[in-house]
Amino acid sequence: MTPGMTATGAAALEASKPSTLARFFSIENRYLPPMLITLILLVGQVSFGLLESFPRTALAISASIVVELVLSRIVTGRFANLASAYISGISVGILCRSPEYWPFALCAAIAITSKYVIRWRGRHLWNPSNFAICAMLILAPEVFTTLSIQWGNNFWPMLVVWAVGALITWRVDRIHITGVYVASFVFFALLRGFITGHGFLAEVAPITGPMYQLFIFFMITDPRTTVRTKWGQCFVAFLIAIAEMILRLAQNIHAPYYALAIVGPIAIAGEIWWTSRKKPRVLATA
Amino acid sequence: MQIRKIVPITLFIVLLCTPFAMRRLGAHKQESMSYGLSFRESSHAAGIDFKHVSPHLDPKLNHIMQQVASMGAAVSIVDFDKDGWDDIYVTNSGEGSKNALYRNMGNGTFRDVAEEVGLADVNQPGTGVSTGAVWGDYDNDGYEDVLIYKWGKPELYHNDAGKHFTRVTEQAGLPAWVNANTAIWLDYDNDGKLDLFLGGYYPENVDLWHLKNTKMMPDSFEYANNGGRKYLFHNLGNGKFEEVSEKMGIDSRRWALASVAADLRGTGYPDLFIANDYGVSELYFNDHGRGFREVGKQTGVGYAPKSGMTAAVGDVLNDGQFGIYVSNISEEGVLVQGNNLWMPKAGTGGDDIKYENMANAMGVELGGWSFGAQFGDLNNDGLMDLYVVNGNVSLDRNRTYWYDYSKVAGGNAAIISDAANWPPLNGRSLSGYQQKRVWMNDGAGQFREVSQLIGITDVYDGRSVALADFDNNGALDVVVANQNGPLLLYRNTVSPANKWIEFQLEGTRSNRSAIGAQVTLYWNAQRQVQEVSGGSGFCAQNQRRLHFGLGKTTQVDRVQIRWPSGKIQTLATPALNQIHKIEEPS
Repeated sequence: MTPGMTATGAAALEASKPSTLARFFSIENRYLPPMLITLILLVGQVSFGLLESFPRTALAISASIVVELVLSRIVTGRFANLASAYISGISVGILCRSPEYWPFALCAAIAITSKYVIRWRGRHLWNPSNFAICAMLILAPEVFTTLSIQWGNNFWPMLVVWAVGALITWRVDRIHITGVYVASFVFFALLRGFITGHGFLAEVAPITGPMYQLFIFFMITDPRTTVRTKWGQCFVAFLIAIAEMILRLAQNIHAPYYALAIVGPIAIAGEIWWTSRKKPRVLATA
Repeated sequence: MQIRKIVPITLFIVLLCTPFAMRRLGAHKQESMSYGLSFRESSHAAGIDFKHVSPHLDPKLNHIMQQVASMGAAVSIVDFDKDGWDDIYVTNSGEGSKNALYRNMGNGTFRDVAEEVGLADVNQPGTGVSTGAVWGDYDNDGYEDVLIYKWGKPELYHNDAGKHFTRVTEQAGLPAWVNANTAIWLDYDNDGKLDLFLGGYYPENVDLWHLKNTKMMPDSFEYANNGGRKYLFHNLGNGKFEEVSEKMGIDSRRWALASVAADLRGTGYPDLFIANDYGVSELYFNDHGRGFREVGKQTGVGYAPKSGMTAAVGDVLNDGQFGIYVSNISEEGVLVQGNNLWMPKAGTGGDDIKYENMANAMGVELGGWSFGAQFGDLNNDGLMDLYVVNGNVSLDRNRTYWYDYSKVAGGNAAIISDAANWPPLNGRSLSGYQQKRVWMNDGAGQFREVSQLIGITDVYDGRSVALADFDNNGALDVVVANQNGPLLLYRNTVSPANKWIEFQLEGTRSNRSAIGAQVTLYWNAQRQVQEVSGGSGFCAQNQRRLHFGLGKTTQVDRVQIRWPSGKIQTLATPALNQIHKIEEPS
């Protein structure tokens, strides 16, 4: 018991404390996303051989961690927590497709380095994995592409991932981002179906694949990828869906990655600008 | 600027420049040098004017017709009349179209005799259309018979002494309808009678001209298991075959596009490799003719699903072991599967053999939308080279179907398996007009792509490729069957400084075609093994003769022949630059 606290007060405080399980499934637990993504990776690999190969994924994770350790030490003078680097590495390992090894290491290294280089007023502007994947798609298309077809195209694995993903994003207070994006995608699929004449099912097909499950649960919900207010996050998710629709109508195969790469930094830069504009006013009022 | 800013910025720039550096590094591998061979396309001059026609399937598939009806051009080599000159059989796939049998006149020209011998009019409406043909002397009468497989009714024709062919499908007991894209002859139990493997692509209850519905597409781009069944026909010896696939342990509904049989473990019995579209390849170990075991995962070839479209074996390192080449899809910026070259891992063998994909390391990985491939020593330097044809659908050069294709391919099974959900092709290309690949083996574990340097410049939609020495002059020529395109004959001129030797085997206790016989050549402190094949590549069959290039050697130390019967025969210092006709000793 804390010195000076009454027994009743201590009991009340104890009762108000979140349980271990609740703390585990909370936004404060920065290890939750890495654990979940690892779980999905393992299940995907065991059931469908999701990965290009274990060595390639291990290479991406290793490159990511090494670059993070080196750069954090040089830039900040201390070693960074590796949870973020691990997520970037494992995302690259899952989402990248290349018959070569080096693109995995390079993509992971670009992801981490971009965090330290492309910054504005203390925040990095791009989701690191998303930036690196877009860079590799542009710079090395002959040996690099992204996951588009995996997990057997079956319903049940998808349902499990959606259920677990929804539970986790709900617990970490990000479900609204996923919800707005999915609803927007479905609506725009309907619209595209009318425009292209290909029908709703053809247009909605991509979101039923595994790449999108990683995209909607882990990439667009990354706290560093979007703005800080809830309504702002919903708006950004909607804008990403709009940008993606435009890119899809232009027959861009990697539309979701590019849409996020375009909308994400604009939204974050806008928020930084807006916040910096407001701060002096508050000070002046005070 | 402080070091804490300089280091990340410098590193960032270096990383972004890395792909350019890697590209330049790769480009340096393509240095110009002489490879001692050149090809000249000479089909017209040789009297060959054949153009393949695709089928027109059920109108429900009109919107994606060219994509669905994108196979059927096939070529196989046979000396059907035993005159000592290899002939060419080529399939057509239009309803009512005719296949051709080009008889080698022995003077550099060919004449189509298919009509005369009864092998032309085999694509009548209602019977399906040809997708390939394989030759084997199933009744050991000394003349090569032919199985014509189809999206439709497979047909077996008996060769009547090289003069005529008699249809014996019903007597043989073949099924009524198989949407097959691969078939090979093999003697899986070494009983001296050729058996037959037939692999289905679409399910056998699908009549592509009269669809009940449009739910006939694969249910996954990488894990499809709703394709056609596989058949293994055991030769009973009286002109009849017994279907034994289930009994022998072959039970798969993957979408088979290619198969090859070879003794991969030194057991004396042929193992079976199947390259599947929309999924992983399958490798069946042959348990001494008593059954097959699928060992894809155990051996390492059964992971990483791709779009397998060819299966060819070759001793690429001259170490007496076969590598297995499987072609897949690579389209820049969209889908980079890479082709596979499965090489036995060092130190493994027998039942414990393990394979690793060395296509990237050896430089034979990126071949576009690859279809047929064959190993052969094209410049007689003593090393197995690799010829790969590619190109899927070439329509409008400036508009691609890839976006719409990938949009649906990544979707749920219920969406992808229904052709009605596939966006219309509308005259767009899908990996069309591709440059072929001829990879020359440098003997140091690397292949170099030289197609443009040696005269292979066509960009047709290549499907089936076969190698044969049509002039009996020790140079492997190349025949390519193109979908909706002409049959190409590339004549090969090889530097005479390089020696060669060829073996034409005939079994006595073994099957008379000698399919499954292995020849190991020892020269210059190296050895190379080849096996007489009953079909390899994509819907193709090379010449029956085994061709070895020897480089500038003056002598072969010895030749060892292991017949399917188990008999071992050794030839001491056979003469070079000759075709040796060898009959199995009794």
